[in-house]
Amino acid sequence: MSILINKNTRLLVQGITGNEGLFHTTQMVSYGTNVVAGVTPGKGGEWVLEGKIPVFDSVKLAADATGANCTVIFVPARFAPDAMFEAADAGIPLIVCITEGVPVQDMMRVRNYLDQKKVRLVGPNCPGMLTPNESKVGIIPGNIAIGGNVGVVSRSGTLTYEVLYALKQVNMGASTCVGIGGDPVNGTNFIDVLEMFEHDPGTEKVVLIGEIGGTDEDKAAEYISVKMTKPVVSFIAGSSAPPGKRMGHAGAIIEGGAGSAADKVKALEAAGVKVAKHPEEIPSLLN
Amino acid sequence: MKLHEYQSKTIFAKYGIPIPKGRVAATAEEAKHIAEELGGRVVIKSQVLVGGRGKAGGVRVAKNADEAEQFAQQILTMRIKDLPVRKVLVDEAAAIDHEIYFAITNDRAAKKPVMIASAAGGVDIEEVAATTPEKIVKVHIDPLLGLRDYQARDIAASIDLPRELWRDFGKIAAGLWQAYLDTDASLAEINPLVITKDKRLIALDGKMMIDDNALFRHSKLAEIRDIDEEVPAETEARRYGLSFIKLDGNIGCMVNGAGLAMTSMDIVKLFGGEPANFLDIGGGAGADKVAAAMRIIISDANVQAVLINIFGGITRCDEVARGILTAMDEVKPKVPMVVRLVGTNAEEGRRLLENAKMITAETLADAAQKAVAAAKG
Repeated sequence: MSILINKNTRLLVQGITGNEGLFHTTQMVSYGTNVVAGVTPGKGGEWVLEGKIPVFDSVKLAADATGANCTVIFVPARFAPDAMFEAADAGIPLIVCITEGVPVQDMMRVRNYLDQKKVRLVGPNCPGMLTPNESKVGIIPGNIAIGGNVGVVSRSGTLTYEVLYALKQVNMGASTCVGIGGDPVNGTNFIDVLEMFEHDPGTEKVVLIGEIGGTDEDKAAEYISVKMTKPVVSFIAGSSAPPGKRMGHAGAIIEGGAGSAADKVKALEAAGVKVAKHPEEIPSLLN
Repeated sequence: MKLHEYQSKTIFAKYGIPIPKGRVAATAEEAKHIAEELGGRVVIKSQVLVGGRGKAGGVRVAKNADEAEQFAQQILTMRIKDLPVRKVLVDEAAAIDHEIYFAITNDRAAKKPVMIASAAGGVDIEEVAATTPEKIVKVHIDPLLGLRDYQARDIAASIDLPRELWRDFGKIAAGLWQAYLDTDASLAEINPLVITKDKRLIALDGKMMIDDNALFRHSKLAEIRDIDEEVPAETEARRYGLSFIKLDGNIGCMVNGAGLAMTSMDIVKLFGGEPANFLDIGGGAGADKVAAAMRIIISDANVQAVLINIFGGITRCDEVARGILTAMDEVKPKVPMVVRLVGTNAEEGRRLLENAKMITAETLADAAQKAVAAAKG
């Protein structure tokens, strides 16, 4: 079992004819992901991957023709907000945005709009998701993880790869790995994913990879202490980072000085979470 | 990107927010000249991109033009929090009756912009927020609707602003909101917004921060970035699209991905070392970018060892290896280098580096320990 994506995922790729879109589509297809269509405005009617995948002018047209139930976005940052709005308006229930560098004000508009729809956004600025042996949506290298019973959720990209790789070294595998992205305003958060892992019969343990900034890890800690029955192991990146060179007072007024690695570790440990000193320590804490 | 006070206030003025008359000066003579033009009492304000200027003595009130020249001379030779003062703003002095705090910023937890105000404005606002949070008013703004007039009125009422100033305050709120929107600001702050003795509202001080990710649609703003205020290596890094922050340690770090870069620094510290920098080469970096990163790291005289940790995904380890070789050829570094390559094309990368006399490592912990040992010599 798994969460969010599995062998029934019918994937659409927005920006499929771009460099990154095409490269990762090839990777996803060779992993076994069922990529049913691509979208690039102005290139409708073309085919990619030696005529295997049709390209459409819009998400609506692609979804109507292929019954796609998930979309992954590879378009440049300046076009990404529009791509997310388009996917939401076409009613795609699961939208995964890989693009990094989307302006925060755009993301606030996207998030507040999407909250009014019955759709889920993962990302932006994330590596996507991987359910080993079933489906890969995004850019997580397929060969660094094996299937298993550990649910992985992370705000980071390459750090997530380290963790999957460390698990694989000792023959531990993932049920699903979800990269939620490191941007200040994003779609799916830690609690959303923890809740799904808690209810997934295929997940027995959970790894949560956080980092400095914001209060999402603290909220996750609260959720874990009240709602989670499955064991959670964590790592928080950024304990050595110097305090931000900030200028205005508004940040301090809003967040009240929260967000340091030490605070997050403290909150998680108080919730019964084992926190690793470095990512390669995680597998031993899961035993 | 941070804007100076004078840059922020120039933007505020464009949006109809009243600011004091004044101009920026780079020399004491210029400051004197501006003070003569303005006549009467003036304020000489250091323009540096850090807070706490007033408490450091970087803001002084001068009675006349001669005093303005003298104070400007003093302030222009100061360093505030280690930053040299290169410019001063010469503003006409206001007769202050009351100081208000007023700002818009992004509330990441609420996923919305938030307007913040307090009747207890001025330099101690963070203290006010920490000890008497009830004196701070916060109003979230729906990013799809924008600021509504009633929200500005509500704020005016909750900070006990005299009724006769509500209309002017509403215009300032609307102007600040529009300035925040149009510049993709992450902060637009007026502190203090003063009520003068003759009952006018003036934005005496201003600070803005612009979202770097949005600068592609604000080329004019990108041009006013004050690179004199940056560590030169950070400016150089931005030119190559590298994310770099200089630190005080002696172990240079080159990593792909921000989370992994922070983690590599954490582990260096865990094993008793001190990182010299944060450096994220990003995803899919080519050899030229890697070479630039290496040059930037090695140009720091404090660096006694370099730790390279690459987990190849979109980034290819062979490309990274080529970049390292190019840079080594050019700069011929004398410090030991520890390299760990895992993931996409790692074997090819390791093979390329075989003859480069580098220390190799299998795990992250192993790499960090070797770098710490190498830095000790």
